[in-house]
Amino acid sequence: MSIVSPGFSGRRRGDQKLPPGQYLVTDFPVLSAGPTPRVDTGSWQFRVTTETGQVRDWDWAAFRALPDEEITVDIHCVTKWSKLTTHWRGVSVDTLLEQAETSAQYVLARSYGGYTTNLPLADVRDGQAWIAFEYEGKPLAAEHGGPARLLVPHLYFWKSAKWVQGIDLMPTDRPGFWESLGYHNYGDPWREQRYWGD
Amino acid sequence: MARAAVLGRLSWQQGTVSEIHKETAAATSIAIDLPDWSGHLPGQHVDVRLTAADGYSAERSYSIASAPERGRVELTVQRLPDGEVSPYLTETLQPGYPFELRGPIGGWFVWDPASPGPVLLVAGGSGVVPLMSMIRSRAAAGSHAPFQLLYSVRGPADALYAAELAERQRQATGLRIDYVYTRTVPDGWPHPPGRLTAAMLPRADDHEPPAVFVCGPTGFVEAVANLLIQVGHQPGVIKTERFGPSGG
Amino acid sequence: MQTYLDGNVLAGPLGEVFAVDLTSAMAQCASCGARAAIGQAHVYLDNPGAVARCPSCGQILLRLVRTADRAWLDVRGISCLELSLPGE
Repeated sequence: MSIVSPGFSGRRRGDQKLPPGQYLVTDFPVLSAGPTPRVDTGSWQFRVTTETGQVRDWDWAAFRALPDEEITVDIHCVTKWSKLTTHWRGVSVDTLLEQAETSAQYVLARSYGGYTTNLPLADVRDGQAWIAFEYEGKPLAAEHGGPARLLVPHLYFWKSAKWVQGIDLMPTDRPGFWESLGYHNYGDPWREQRYWGD
Repeated sequence: MARAAVLGRLSWQQGTVSEIHKETAAATSIAIDLPDWSGHLPGQHVDVRLTAADGYSAERSYSIASAPERGRVELTVQRLPDGEVSPYLTETLQPGYPFELRGPIGGWFVWDPASPGPVLLVAGGSGVVPLMSMIRSRAAAGSHAPFQLLYSVRGPADALYAAELAERQRQATGLRIDYVYTRTVPDGWPHPPGRLTAAMLPRADDHEPPAVFVCGPTGFVEAVANLLIQVGHQPGVIKTERFGPSGG
Repeated sequence: MQTYLDGNVLAGPLGEVFAVDLTSAMAQCASCGARAAIGQAHVYLDNPGAVARCPSCGQILLRLVRTADRAWLDVRGISCLELSLPGE
């Protein structure tokens, strides 16, 4: 039961193009669970691990030799900011999963620094997810997840794990870093799935 | 003033703005009357909540600037150019407006007016606010604890409470205030502008090491904490409050 | 430049969960055994989540998530928490 502060309206919100509860920003806020990992491309590695333990690794050169594409998407953070028409370049997760033999239905994305996030496999396939290495035409800055981050724009942005170092295919779902502490397991911004029980 | 912890979870209190006055071009002090407020420990802060007519709300934390007092608290807010809350507090808020806050909060970055030991305060910009509460509390409690404030600002126009600090230094015993000007210096200042260096810090006195409080933007606090250790202060006696990159 | 804040920034959020101020409580890190006041922890605000890390080894001491009406707390990173109680 709080008062109303006369003359206060807060940040602009309610744009029809935005998911419920979001507001538009023009900057790019930086949020983090720890110090920014500093990973140089010389030692960077991306690993796909199947549920049977089969692994496939790419070093930076092998990763950058894969076909990549330009991606233009809106992104939505659970802290309510949204950024429209952001430009990225990345490798489709479909490309990285091409040769994985799996019957798993879930993935766990793992990051340098220890962060994890879980997603249904169906949500990172079929052109819905990328490992992005450029933002707005420049190499992805470390504070925004560089050298490479997961990009899954149809879900809240905590699912787009920064400093990604691998994807584990899992037969059963396992909550990641924030999903185990109150954040919604799936995270659809259009259904405002921010927390458990939403 | 009672030292016992007030048990019970924090809850929001509603008060009324009684006075507003500008400290500098970018900083404003706000006095709030609160019927259920029973005082605080110098160094503590409050959470402030603003609520729009449609229910949208925003919260920020602000250090208490005043000495402990029943029924009244004073904050000093720095206006941030891209802020959501500080422009409202420094430009829209008027005496008589309702004001919602929660606190006092924090048991670590605090100074007990009953303790007699020496204290070193190092402030960067608006980081002086909680330290000002300590200086005001010291006077209100009649304390003679040796106090030294080293206050780093960009220029004289950015210094908060300048006249009051000068007056307190004149009147009090055992209160010393020194300024560090990083961009513009006052007329006649014997040094060029520059950042705080180890040479400006009092060396630690092994016989009676001071309690040390450092407050300001993150980069300032880090640099100063390192310098303090360099001149012999023990990490265990240094308490820091980082305001984040923008300084509060 | 590090982007963390001091643990005293958690005084408010933890004060919504606990009836005593925790920022002056001494926490023993479950990873490295170092003791420090929660107020000295290195806090990363990843709202609505917050992570407090051991100032010695950087491992996580506690994690906290708050919404308008709920909070979740994980303190597995603290093996022992020592608090002062008001004297008689």
